[in-house]
Amino acid sequence: MEPLSIIVRTICDIFAWFLAVFGAYVIIHGHLSPGGGFQGGAVVATFMALLLVSHGGKKLLSFVKPGLYSWAETTGLLLFIGTGFAGLTTAFFYNFLAGEGGLFGAVVPLGANSGILNSSGTIAVMNMAVGLEVIGGLSLIILYMFKGIRLYDDTGREETGHDR
Amino acid sequence: MKKSVLFLIALLVVVGTLWGALDGIHPFGEVDKAPMDDYYIENAQRERNVNNLVTSVVFDYRGFDTLGEAAVLFTAVCSVLAVFRKGGYD
Amino acid sequence: MTGNMPFLVVGILFFLGLYSILFERNLIKIAIGITLLEASANLLLIVLGYRNGGSIPVFTLAGEVETMVLPTPQALTLTAIVIGLATSALLLSLIMMLYKHYGTLDVREIRRLRG
Repeated sequence: MEPLSIIVRTICDIFAWFLAVFGAYVIIHGHLSPGGGFQGGAVVATFMALLLVSHGGKKLLSFVKPGLYSWAETTGLLLFIGTGFAGLTTAFFYNFLAGEGGLFGAVVPLGANSGILNSSGTIAVMNMAVGLEVIGGLSLIILYMFKGIRLYDDTGREETGHDR
Repeated sequence: MKKSVLFLIALLVVVGTLWGALDGIHPFGEVDKAPMDDYYIENAQRERNVNNLVTSVVFDYRGFDTLGEAAVLFTAVCSVLAVFRKGGYD
Repeated sequence: MTGNMPFLVVGILFFLGLYSILFERNLIKIAIGITLLEASANLLLIVLGYRNGGSIPVFTLAGEVETMVLPTPQALTLTAIVIGLATSALLLSLIMMLYKHYGTLDVREIRRLRG
């Protein structure tokens, strides 16, 4: 696709960063508020979609490194499985960090409360791992499906599609 | 003509099946017995120190499901990358 | 009868998805039908887990709550949504490759051309 007009490019440049920060908030507060790794990862992956639609593939694909997203995906999956294996002295997927003090180990008061960020044990770690995996996976899907559009280009032009 | 007959047959089959299945379902909003979910609501805060019960079910009580689901997501991403790999399909 | 309206919505969604899978000829419309079937299954799970007057199963800043909706159907629906997203991406990728191979999206043409 060719780049869209300068109004769309400016607005997408600004709001892509806000969406990325909001997605990171949803991932990190996954054990306190509605949301979690999957939803926050999908929101962060919108970053790549906005930039790709507004700037076009020629500009963006020249400096985006797919290896970074591939690394994010494999690291997220390995961290998830590794956290599951870390509690193996009791059981697989045992929550060995909850209520112990230390990292993510605060004790939550019963009933409605205002939320403690340093609580919930391995659940927070797994939220971050799954969020990393979803960020990498969805960004890779968007990038490679966009590259797949170029397979239909028979006219000799560099970019297909229309704008404005 | 043939298409409309097929459409009517499919409509009757689906409506009949769903109508029969409605008898075995509790009315909307009146869950009578849910001991597992009541256990989660009562005890998840004390056992797992977490406020969001859905997250506790997804990542702790039923972590195996999420493990398989993450593997499915990884496999789907790998398949998309294999479909659009460089050099085409032939 | 109007209290059971969500089940009716599930039935209508299911039937629309089944109709577009059975009778449409365009591959994109068949993919939309599969997505509609997934949506109806997810909506059925959510509707089965609802309690009258229930709030969301989150304790952060909840106030005074008496009843909560069931958390397990919501968790399983979350899993099903992400799997549906991944399979939809794979489905659309395969449809793109079919369009490159055959030059059409009509299932009759695709069946007729090269076995």
